[in-house]
Amino acid sequence: MRIRITFSKTGALRYIGHLDLHKLWERTSRRAGLDLIYSQGFHPQPKIQLASALPLGFSSICELIDMWINGEVDLEKLPERLSKAVPPGLSIQKVEQVDEKSPPLQTQVISSEYDVVLPEWLDLGAVEDKISACLQADTLPRERRGKTYDLRPLIEQLNLSERDTQAHLLMRLTAREGATGRPEEVLDALGIPYEETRVQRTRLIFKE
Amino acid sequence: MITPAEIENRLDKILLKVSKPGRYVGGEMNITIKDWAAVETSVALIFPDIYDIGVSNVGLKILYDQVNQREDALAERAYAPWRDMEDQMRANGIPLYSLETYHPLAAFDLIGFSLPYETLYTNALNILDLAGLPVKSMERDENHPIVIAGGHACMNPEPMHAFIDAFVIGEGEEVIHDIINTIQKVKGTRTHPMPYQRNDLLRALAQIPGVYVPIFYSVKYLDDNSIETVTPIIPEAPKLVIKRMVPKLPAPPTTFIVPNIEAVHNRISIEIMRGCTRGCRFCHAGMINRPVRERSVEEVVKAVDNAIRSTGFEELALLSLSSSDYTNILELVTAVGDHFGDKHLAISLPSLRIETVSVDLMDKLRDRRGTGFTLAPEAATERMRRIINKFIPDDQLLETAHEIYSRGWTTIKLYFMIGHPSETLEDVQAIADLCKKVLAVGRKVIGFKAKVHAGVSTFVPKPHTPFQWVACDTVEQITLKQNLLKRELRDKNIKLSWTPPDDTMLEAWLTRGDRRMSEVIYTAWKNGAKFDAWQEERRFAIWTAAFEEHGLEPGFYTHRPRRTDEIFPWDHISSAVRKNFLFQDFRQSLEGQVRVDCRQHCFACGILPTFNSLRRENPGEYWKCPVLKSPAQPVETALPVLGG
Repeated sequence: MRIRITFSKTGALRYIGHLDLHKLWERTSRRAGLDLIYSQGFHPQPKIQLASALPLGFSSICELIDMWINGEVDLEKLPERLSKAVPPGLSIQKVEQVDEKSPPLQTQVISSEYDVVLPEWLDLGAVEDKISACLQADTLPRERRGKTYDLRPLIEQLNLSERDTQAHLLMRLTAREGATGRPEEVLDALGIPYEETRVQRTRLIFKE
Repeated sequence: MITPAEIENRLDKILLKVSKPGRYVGGEMNITIKDWAAVETSVALIFPDIYDIGVSNVGLKILYDQVNQREDALAERAYAPWRDMEDQMRANGIPLYSLETYHPLAAFDLIGFSLPYETLYTNALNILDLAGLPVKSMERDENHPIVIAGGHACMNPEPMHAFIDAFVIGEGEEVIHDIINTIQKVKGTRTHPMPYQRNDLLRALAQIPGVYVPIFYSVKYLDDNSIETVTPIIPEAPKLVIKRMVPKLPAPPTTFIVPNIEAVHNRISIEIMRGCTRGCRFCHAGMINRPVRERSVEEVVKAVDNAIRSTGFEELALLSLSSSDYTNILELVTAVGDHFGDKHLAISLPSLRIETVSVDLMDKLRDRRGTGFTLAPEAATERMRRIINKFIPDDQLLETAHEIYSRGWTTIKLYFMIGHPSETLEDVQAIADLCKKVLAVGRKVIGFKAKVHAGVSTFVPKPHTPFQWVACDTVEQITLKQNLLKRELRDKNIKLSWTPPDDTMLEAWLTRGDRRMSEVIYTAWKNGAKFDAWQEERRFAIWTAAFEEHGLEPGFYTHRPRRTDEIFPWDHISSAVRKNFLFQDFRQSLEGQVRVDCRQHCFACGILPTFNSLRRENPGEYWKCPVLKSPAQPVETALPVLGG
């Protein structure tokens, strides 16, 4: 059976990357007594799919994972079973069964939304100007890992707001396979040091 | 003192600037977080290398559980930050802190280092410094934690005597409680602190069996720089500090900490047996971990089961110094294979004897994840094998190799050592020849898929072994031997790896050093030496310069055969194996005499007289030493030998 888990990843777990998260889920399932289905061959791998890689250092309240398990499990009891088996910083929000044949999660994501808490010392007026300039630009050529690309088409929305006396930047970025906007790139384009911000993914947007 | 909240606050601003920040935040499965306001005594346990190396250390896990099982105490962990993190911490005023609750190390009552090997020494100094503590023991006072260290390297504590307040000699499971109780008695507790003198606390610690407090000993040297005497300067300090030994192994830890990032030996490790009866003369672990004590098959299987449930790890290691010698090894392996064989668990069983039975054992575990099968002949000529007391005929090795290749393994890893006493280039040539013979066997069985991996390390004469009297090869000798191997083993199906001679020198100096070595360590650290266990990080020139600065001759420690009556820097520390037993064994090695496994015959190494009452309290097959029938029964002292 194929199950889909919605979970959040916060606290110390912000500092673990995509591959480590994969391993974490494999171990969590074993602790929860779930019989994962493994691939055949010399290095059997568990059948696990994460929807969208979350960059190191970011927290999230909307991550999704699909896993394939042998036999049937009681879906109602599963959230509790899993909650006992996850490390601190990971919390289970929803567990549901999905059609075995539905397409892979990572092909269904089209955009991600991020909420960025900005450092106090920033001049918000200047940030606002930069946001407008970014949005008005036709292209935003950037370089990442030796390759040049255009950031502009990956930015869908940028909104500055204030909540609880803190400045927040809300972003919606394209998150399709091969065309993923990275929040730290956007922050850099806006002249904001991303190490001093706190980024949380708040929503994954799927194909209709 | 900086608060945990402030540390966390400052960390928040730097963690994204360093590599692998997951090392520095804790939050793993199975850690123990206690309320500081609800315990009396706090202990920081430290593995002085990076998190990735230290987090799976079993020794510290045992102590972590021991302390945290007490209601009145807590144990938390810290590791060495990598260079980038250290720079950030120093720049932002963050002292080294515990991963559980972010308390600065200086806030703990007790800091305990694990020192299993010597190349961690400079890291230990660096950690004290990063914690904002004076590095030298003499400069610390009543406001500082007590700093202790334990682990195999501490069997010669003298090179670190200036930095560590008290050393634990031997096994830590019981003595850690004695130490905590003593601290509570002299220094008081969180709720009932007492005015105390640091010296009184150290004095009280020195009275615990198995605890060595170096400031209470004075060392005199002879004109030739060797030791004249080591004398206790207070009546409470014993002349000979005898190691602690746990007569019955407590249940093994099972709730292993599960790192959230990749780490070395990220797995379930269950110790099936402690000690070894083989008596290989080069082997430090085999000499200092006596007597052999086994856990039962049921206890091991139950522990594995619990550990899988609590960790979810995908790998299991059944640890011992010599798996084949575990009495019910076949039963154990069958049970483990039956219970856990289908759980996608990779099972490893290290240190198997070179015999075809070992191949059956590995087959039962279906461990094919790593395609290699490891054998450790250590030497390749009959003469050499007799000298080191590890005698495996070539035929037996080749037969075993045949079986391994036949059963589907494609690579055999062969572990050898160069630099054994009296080794010649012919003995080294024989290593190369043997590797080729093993490959030829593989060729016959599986063709060109067959591979050999020859891991050739360099012998270091360790304290408390029969070889403590011999000299270490010089860099020139080592290089000559390694070049021979590199020249001879050019076959693309044979992979050769070796230990850089500098590594060997550093280990030899540190393991054989006396108290004067502590100045060398201090200077080397001051000049930037750290992560000496990392080949690419170690800076050898700093060490040679440090020797020079203190007018010490490195060769004095490493390249000098010892007088037979020489007093070693570690002679006042006892593994319970007597010096005269070691010396006899050394002499027999010079004559090429092999000693059989001591389960077949007790050679009176000294364990039984030292621990006779413990043996009487733990009769039967659990220990592998002979049973003591009555108090009047003397231990057999004859020394029968085999072969020669």
